[in-house]
Amino acid sequence: MAILGSGPAGLSAAAHAAALGLSHVLLEKTDHLSDTIYRYQKGKHVMATPSQLVLRADLDFTAGKREAVLDTWNAGTTAAGVNVRLNAEVRAVEGEAGDFTITLANGDVVHAQTLVLAIGTQGNPNLMRCEGANLPHVQYQLDDPGAYMDEHITVVGTGDAGIENALGLIADPALCNVVSILNRSADFAKAKDANVKLLNEARDSGRLQVLTEASTSRIEEGWITVERPDGEIRFRCDRVIARMGSQPPRKFIEAMGVEFTSEAPGAFPKLSPTFESTKRGIYVIGALAGYPLIKHCMNQGHDVVEYIAGNTRLRPADEPIIEAKLAGLPKGRSVDEWLEHIRQSVEILRGLSPLQMREFLLDAEVRAWPAGEAIFHKNAIGSSLFGIVEGTVLVEVNPADPAITVPIAAGSIFGEVGLISGRRRGATVRAGAGAGCICIEIPRIAALKLMGTVDAARETVNRITTERQLLQLFGSGLTAADISGILATAEVRDVRRGEAIIKEGAEGFDIFVIRSGSMVVEKELGGKSIFLRYLPAGSYVGEMALFEDGVRTATVRAAIKSQVVRLEGEGFRRLLEAKPQLARSMREEASARRKINRFIEQKKESFSGVVDMYSSVANFLVTEGLGEATDVLLIDEKLCIGCDNCETACADTHDGLSRLDREAGRTYAHMHVPTSCRHCEAPYCMTDCPPNAIRRGADGEVFIDETCIGCGNCQRNCPYDVIRMDKKPGKKPGLASWLFLGLGPGPGEPDTAWKKKHTSPEAAKVAIKCDMCAGRKGGPACVRACPTGAAIRVSPEQFLSVALMERD
Amino acid sequence: MSAGGQTRGRAKTIRHVGFLRHGGFRWLFVALVLCFGAVWGYQRFEPDPPSGGSWYGYGLGTVAALMILWLAYLGVRKRSITPGTWTLKGWVSAHVYLGMALALIATLHTAFQFGWNLHTLFYGLMLLVIASGLVGVILYVAMPRVLSANRAELTERQMLEQIEALDQQLHEAALPLSSEAAAAVRGSIRNSPIGGLHGRCGTARAVSIIERLRRGPVPDAGLDAVAGLLNKKSGALARARRHARIKAVLQAWLYIHVPATFAVLAAMVAHIVAVFFYA
Ligand SMILES: Cc1cc2nc3c(=O)[nH]c(=O)nc-3n(C[C@H](O)[C@H](O)[C@H](O)COP(=O)(O)OP(=O)(O)OC[C@H]3O[C@@H](n4cnc5c(N)ncnc54)[C@H](O)[C@@H]3O)c2cc1C
Ligand code: HEM
Ligand code: SF4
Ligand code: SF4
Ligand code: SF4
Repeated sequence: MAILGSGPAGLSAAAHAAALGLSHVLLEKTDHLSDTIYRYQKGKHVMATPSQLVLRADLDFTAGKREAVLDTWNAGTTAAGVNVRLNAEVRAVEGEAGDFTITLANGDVVHAQTLVLAIGTQGNPNLMRCEGANLPHVQYQLDDPGAYMDEHITVVGTGDAGIENALGLIADPALCNVVSILNRSADFAKAKDANVKLLNEARDSGRLQVLTEASTSRIEEGWITVERPDGEIRFRCDRVIARMGSQPPRKFIEAMGVEFTSEAPGAFPKLSPTFESTKRGIYVIGALAGYPLIKHCMNQGHDVVEYIAGNTRLRPADEPIIEAKLAGLPKGRSVDEWLEHIRQSVEILRGLSPLQMREFLLDAEVRAWPAGEAIFHKNAIGSSLFGIVEGTVLVEVNPADPAITVPIAAGSIFGEVGLISGRRRGATVRAGAGAGCICIEIPRIAALKLMGTVDAARETVNRITTERQLLQLFGSGLTAADISGILATAEVRDVRRGEAIIKEGAEGFDIFVIRSGSMVVEKELGGKSIFLRYLPAGSYVGEMALFEDGVRTATVRAAIKSQVVRLEGEGFRRLLEAKPQLARSMREEASARRKINRFIEQKKESFSGVVDMYSSVANFLVTEGLGEATDVLLIDEKLCIGCDNCETACADTHDGLSRLDREAGRTYAHMHVPTSCRHCEAPYCMTDCPPNAIRRGADGEVFIDETCIGCGNCQRNCPYDVIRMDKKPGKKPGLASWLFLGLGPGPGEPDTAWKKKHTSPEAAKVAIKCDMCAGRKGGPACVRACPTGAAIRVSPEQFLSVALMERD
Repeated sequence: MSAGGQTRGRAKTIRHVGFLRHGGFRWLFVALVLCFGAVWGYQRFEPDPPSGGSWYGYGLGTVAALMILWLAYLGVRKRSITPGTWTLKGWVSAHVYLGMALALIATLHTAFQFGWNLHTLFYGLMLLVIASGLVGVILYVAMPRVLSANRAELTERQMLEQIEALDQQLHEAALPLSSEAAAAVRGSIRNSPIGGLHGRCGTARAVSIIERLRRGPVPDAGLDAVAGLLNKKSGALARARRHARIKAVLQAWLYIHVPATFAVLAAMVAHIVAVFFYA
């Protein structure tokens, strides 16, 4: 048996193989074990979540410092007698089960009957390809920027990694490094704004040389030659650090004959319940199999070896967790039977393999509701998707009369609007009569993952969501049958940020429904483009031309990357003719919108300056991310006295750490957008959180729970730089002791020295961000604590309205 | 979980108005009612000759004392965001309007009997607090936009970092220069304080020295670069100093308002003790 990769998954597999006395070899690319963990920051606290999962591995693993974890594993590996081969990067695998030929980077060949792939998801760094690229002073990572002195160093690549490395190398001027950074293009599209800003500052102050539109043409001992539009330059260079992104390992694995679940970039290999891939004899475990936590990885290492050794009765380690999840359901089915029952019943889950179904359930909840009980209420915040396993549910389509309901049958889904756009629930949903219902609640991330991996699931969700969104939006007693005509020609379209879906003056009367993202409506007035309105996800636009002569009266463009459903105007017109009630309500809406437009137009004639100001402030706020925010902190700098009471209050109500930086951020016309969470409609921070610790709560807040492992992914993914990684300091003495006895640091976030002294050395750095003061009756503490009323927290649809014009 | 529960109750969104216009001038209205009521009562109930010792005078005195205690409590309120739905903006709004009403109520309580005594000292101190508060309000209305415009999206830290970075560049640019020019640049780096008095600012001196050298018979080519950097640094320093000054102004009045508050509290105790035990 050959085990590829010595991360927690591979190591555990190898240790168990050794314990069982199986013939094995552990192949590791680098010169040490477990490279991913080796590369964590020094002293990082490694966490052992989920805590309710028992560890079932031959190696020990408890939460602790990176160094301690690695030491334990190194010692354990030696003690177990694992046959390790370091510096053995696998380049190719050929052959069939029973006889695989494994070729290593140095040309050596290894033979094995069975293969366990545990190479994680890091992939391989993109390599330099110029002359001299394989010289020893060309490296692809930087572990300790403080380790180099008096060197000329060139960093290649201006993604976040490259920029952070370059800044790290110049951080301490005493080290006297001369650092240059090369960028292939003229701008820094791949890096975060904050990093680009720091880079530009470093360049302007002469601490760093930045070469744009530069590509390396030759590397020699002590020198580098770079090609620029104006010719080649050659300069001193003792070390090259290439940070040009990495290639995910997918191609390498597909070349072995292993299939993936879909084309999507986030897809995983297709696996059986025993972790076997579609290629017989090749098993996949760990992060590569979609299990990103160390405990999962180690358990799988153990289990896969058991399976390979022929144990068919082994129950997965997460069995008790799943059992607990199913505890509230009617008796009479085993865990496996329930899993199969749910998988077969709910349409969108049918494309999952039994193993995926098991993993899926770890993220999801299954519950039975008695007849008539509410599953969720209208206007509740929630972004999860529900699938009906048994029974029916009733949707209260008319808020005025709860007796009017529409049923949804077993097998279908509901709650999808929140999933797509992250906004409030559109209607109350109750369990149907009779025996009630059993539903599976799928959190947003798991649902998105499902749609990304199973094509059929995506199509079903898209079809159902479009239909329901239209029914909900246009209301007026429409039924699915009425809109089946326009649905047939409906088209779901992705719209880039800034792209116009409707252009002023153009002809056309198609209707657009905004599925996700948001749009702004603008009109050319007096030679200037004037902001008319902000349209959040879930609204429609384009109806005015229907009632007029088919000429667009304004331009509609995407405030952020959005998705719209285009409905053909002709079909829609026929629908309106058939449904006078719908026509009436749409006409009313159109005339309300026209009224606002006219108000702005008139005002523009008399108070041109006021309207221009309104328009430019609105545009500024949209570019600052309000377009994708659901709740954002703004500071009116006509009122802010700079007392920082807002930060003080935030720290005092949140473990002594402030979640906002009042001064930082952009300002326009005295309207300041400080660095603080916008509670995005589709939060970027959620995309890659190994323990799924970031969720949307009941008040609409995006919050991080206590399962955070401190990996820093969310901090990197948030484009607004609002997440900080920090240790929670100890408790401060109360206000009275400070006032009268001078004890403690006083109100607000304590200074660094106090924090250092009063923080337990065992405390782990975790991700810290604004929780919108959810659950506090008075609302956001930062707003409540502002003495002058400068700080406000608003939702964009409230704020980006004509009311903004009345600002004094 | 999110699924079953209704949205938890939240205070309605706080309207976007400053503290003076808070709640549709609710506290101004309360203060006016209080004032008119007090004046009306004074004319109606106060015996002739008027005195703080009449039953009406005692009543006014009690109200004024309670108001002072409540006004002073803002110092605690400001520093502890306890649960509840109150906002500091509302408190400041009430503080300002009721504080001004206090001036009238306390004056009526004195019954216009002043003298060189403890009681009048107490009254004077109170007026000092109120007057300084008035100055504070004016500053709170006028200064924020100046602070905002001056900072031009920079944070305080960035302002300091900007100056540090310029110092670093100046240091390097000055290395090849004559000893006089280098000394001037050193003076700029070492002695350009942001706060406090900067009459003898090293940068200002360096600017004039370098300017003189540049006009000299054999100007060094390196001087131009240094002059450019010094120019930038003067701009950055001026901004940082203005920032510090505006922030100081926004707080300076509190250095009268708060200590005088403590004095008022002490004087109030003395006043009450004197009235009841020695009168
Ligand atoms: C900063 C950070 C902090 C984290 N903190 C935690 C935490 O506190 N708790 C937690 O549970 N999880 C944490 N995680 C997640 C966890 O580290 C990973 O999910 C886990 O390491 C995955 O294990 P693995 O065995 O599947 O793969 P990896 O650990 O990635 O191991 C793969 C190994 O395979 C080797 N390899 C790759 N390609 C080849 C090849 N072609 N030939 C030979 N060898 C190869 C690599 O060198 C590497 O050693 C964190 C992740 C990060 C990035
Ligand atoms: C005797 C009457 C008054 C007393 C005892 C009093 C006391 C106080 C105290 C203790 C503070 C807290 C300061 C701090 O801790 O930083 C304060 C703040 C303040 N006071 Fe007064 N005050 C009085 C009258 C007034 C009046 C009449 C005005 C306005 C016209 C006023 C305006 C203010 C303002 C604007 C603040 C600042 C609020 C803040 O920044 O949070 N005060 N006062
Ligand atoms: S942390 Fe960043 S990405 Fe996440 S919701 Fe807040 S602003 Fe959006
Ligand atoms: S809403 Fe609450 S958590 Fe968020 S910044 Fe304001 S005080 Fe902090
Ligand atoms: S509390 Fe209000 S006035 Fe004070 S710094 Fe914050 S926003 Fe400005």
